[in-house]
Amino acid sequence: MADSAAAAVEAGVGQRTGNVFRLPAEAGMLRFLTCGSVDDGKSTLIGRLLFETRALFEDQLAALEHDSRKYGTVGEHIDFALLMDGLEAEREQGITIDVSYRFFATDRRRFIVADTPGHQQYTRNMATGASTADLAVLLVDARKGVVNQTRRHSFIVSLLGIRHVVLVVNKMDLIAFDAERFREIQETYENFATGLGFESLLAIPTSARYGDNVTSASERTPWYEGPTLLAYLETVRIETEPVGQPFRMPVQWVNRPHLDFRGYAGTVASGRVRPDDAIRVLPAGKAAVVSRIVTLDGELAEARAGDAVTLVLAEEMDVSRGDVLAAAGDAAPVSDQFAAHLVWMSETPLIAGRSYLIKAGTKTVGGSITAIKYRINVDTHEHLAAKELHLNDVGVVNLSLASPIAFEPYAKNRNLGSFIVIDRLTNETAAAGTIDFALRRGTNLTWQHLDIDRSARAALNGQKPAILWFTGLSGAGKSTIANLVERKLFAMGRHTYVLDGDNVRHGLNRDLGFTEADRVENIRRVAEVAKLFADAGLIVIASFISPYRADRAMARSGLEEGVFLEVFVDTPIEECQRRDPKGLYAKVAAGKISNFTGVDAPYEAPENPEIRLSTTANSADALADEVLADLRRRGIVG
Amino acid sequence: MPDERAASWPESQGQDLQSGADGRARRRAALSPHLKRLQDESIFIFREVVAELRNPVLLYSIGKDSSVLLHLAMRAFYPARPPFPVLHIDTTWKFREMIAFRDETARRLGLELVVHTNEDGIRRGVNPFDHGSSYYTQVMKTEALKQALAKGGYDAAFGGARRDEERSRAKERIFSFRSAAQEWDPKKQRPELWSLYNGRIRDGESIRVFPLSNWTELDVWQYVLAEDIPVVPLYFAAPQPIVERDGQLIVVHDERMRLKPGERPEMRMVRFRSLGCYPLTGAIESRADSLPAIIAEMLGFQTSERMGRLIDRDEASSMERKKREGYF
Repeated sequence: MADSAAAAVEAGVGQRTGNVFRLPAEAGMLRFLTCGSVDDGKSTLIGRLLFETRALFEDQLAALEHDSRKYGTVGEHIDFALLMDGLEAEREQGITIDVSYRFFATDRRRFIVADTPGHQQYTRNMATGASTADLAVLLVDARKGVVNQTRRHSFIVSLLGIRHVVLVVNKMDLIAFDAERFREIQETYENFATGLGFESLLAIPTSARYGDNVTSASERTPWYEGPTLLAYLETVRIETEPVGQPFRMPVQWVNRPHLDFRGYAGTVASGRVRPDDAIRVLPAGKAAVVSRIVTLDGELAEARAGDAVTLVLAEEMDVSRGDVLAAAGDAAPVSDQFAAHLVWMSETPLIAGRSYLIKAGTKTVGGSITAIKYRINVDTHEHLAAKELHLNDVGVVNLSLASPIAFEPYAKNRNLGSFIVIDRLTNETAAAGTIDFALRRGTNLTWQHLDIDRSARAALNGQKPAILWFTGLSGAGKSTIANLVERKLFAMGRHTYVLDGDNVRHGLNRDLGFTEADRVENIRRVAEVAKLFADAGLIVIASFISPYRADRAMARSGLEEGVFLEVFVDTPIEECQRRDPKGLYAKVAAGKISNFTGVDAPYEAPENPEIRLSTTANSADALADEVLADLRRRGIVG
Repeated sequence: MPDERAASWPESQGQDLQSGADGRARRRAALSPHLKRLQDESIFIFREVVAELRNPVLLYSIGKDSSVLLHLAMRAFYPARPPFPVLHIDTTWKFREMIAFRDETARRLGLELVVHTNEDGIRRGVNPFDHGSSYYTQVMKTEALKQALAKGGYDAAFGGARRDEERSRAKERIFSFRSAAQEWDPKKQRPELWSLYNGRIRDGESIRVFPLSNWTELDVWQYVLAEDIPVVPLYFAAPQPIVERDGQLIVVHDERMRLKPGERPEMRMVRFRSLGCYPLTGAIESRADSLPAIIAEMLGFQTSERMGRLIDRDEASSMERKKREGYF
């Protein structure tokens, strides 16, 4: 061992003295990330920190020297980037693809650093590293100053709730340690960062390659009076747990080893809990009392934020995974509608209205983004209209869940305010989200009360309003039958209106195409118009292929029972192709149209339509009479 | 630390423990806030897997990390037993002390122990001497593991790997997705936000789970000391018959060890920092025969923990390639 140490000294790589591990037992831990654009020197900076704190072992240094000769980009020197780029593909291409975690320690603190990729394409991996960090070290190249990626990363760091930022202005050696240039970058960044909610922001001039102001104060920056990076990381005060907040604990797992024990395992998310504390089980809101806090070491007198425990309640009750136990006097709010920020992480874009799985705390529920309010230009913070969110886009959305959850805004509690969006088909993690606030539709957006309501208008018209929603394949006969139904109703003196798929695309929906997002929006608008017309007292006849059950369910939602009648015009695809009234199937066969419902796009037939019309057995006129007979039975027409 | 908790462990401040030759501390010390946080985060991970996946298994390699892993599992599910079996891949080249320790541990903790050996490899006589460490590891460890996971129908497997061990491990997620072929694609890892682990998979796919990802070697030993966790005696210094080979100290453990011309075993005081198959694991010269002595010795180490593992050094990116093929 003595020989190899001597060899290390000879090689100029320093000698490990072993002070790394000599830590007082109470030394805390700081988790931080390094971020910034490509080639700003993130990996070199971490390599330097590891090297100077003697966290690198001889065999690792030897391997690094070997790799530096093979792949290195800094000539004779050790290329520290190779230490961090742990994947073969990264070393070959000389880029960082995914986040790398490294460990080092000083006498004062232990550190876990997440080195994150600078390329925009790997922003989701940067967000992965940021989500568990308490502080961000953001690098800029002194020659280039604040660039697009600096702003993008700052924005994500802010979005994920990191409140402490160190702006490392690196490569100062390449601008001759120019104080003026440093201050200019510092000022530009501080202006940009206003409004990002950082509690502390320190700028440090460094040269990671030569070590200036990384672990020891540089003689080449006499004009800089602040601490070195390491000294700052060792001393900066970070609040890792929310303080002064009421008790919250998401239930992770119900522990039932035998009939006499039923405990709720979980990690306390905030506050503290003691035996005899009164709690509520959310979202149901049932009251309960904690009787014991069970651990392998025996029962505890108290559990606090961060403690993984098992709680036993005084009475048996129905509590399951995903429920949140909360202080009875100060329970968490419950909602199923939220305004939230999203960072989209999937190659498949977000489409409003599509169903996803949402994992929040320990609960996974179905849900959808009901509206994309806007996309954020992370350079300018400008709000941009958007119909979709693409990979690495940041946006503000309305989120709707299939069932309510207990939550806190992310700004108040990271554990109860964060969620991920999971693609139901591929199971990939498609987005990271943070809850801004609950949308309580009843209180925030009240329906303007009007004195003349639907029943008054219906009485004047002498008819009961309804929406007849004709669905079926192209060429099934929807429009033909709908037209006959309207003529018969008109002849009876009824007030009607037909909304036709082709017609609305000439006006109301002429800005929409045939992408999935546009199809969803097309149906949404038609459904809303149909509802307004029904409210005006009309019998609305809507004729749309509307292939998705979810969309038809959306059109039906919010209406009183009996107003919305789904009419399934049931014609086999072969028959539609034979009829081909608009010549569309011929075009599909010729390859001129794709994404055609029933051919290469799905049609989800109604499971329980109010009216089913079989067009192969009856004439259109007979079917229109069948509809009228049904309306009479329902009392819609006399 | 809350006052109440400190009070429940009287005189527990500081780590002035007396440890015996077996390394078992006589009294449990209070955990430092740092270790407490690591412990509770690991417990959270264990519980998430059991709640979200159908049929998990714990891959037990008998080493110190596995000992810590089992201890955390006991904590996570107390008073229930860990609701999953413990799987050992037996290459038939493990130290006798390891196998004895394995069986004793399973008995002591009341665990369901599943042992699997690649019988095809045995039939073909695959061994570390004739076939080289790389091929031997592929057949007797990686292939054996894949067979055992497929046979058990496990959809999640806990492993004791830590990010500080090796640079490709430094890149791995805590919930690490495996394709139906049990392969890892390091370029397409799922984003992993906060502690919202995504355990959703389709049939045949699986998740490898690493509850010790954020622990370091020192954390493991300090936790073993603080929690009084039994470990294999081979970690403590003892006289062993040694031959020196490529700079490594190899224990001549049984008659299957093939000596090269001129090699003559001599008794030396050694211990192991990392445990694997005996012909492939180098010992270190040491007098550390207790946990405090081991920790004190660690403070002066000049080389990394896996320095003594020959299998890591076959070629560049050795670990990453093995991991992509299904090695833990």
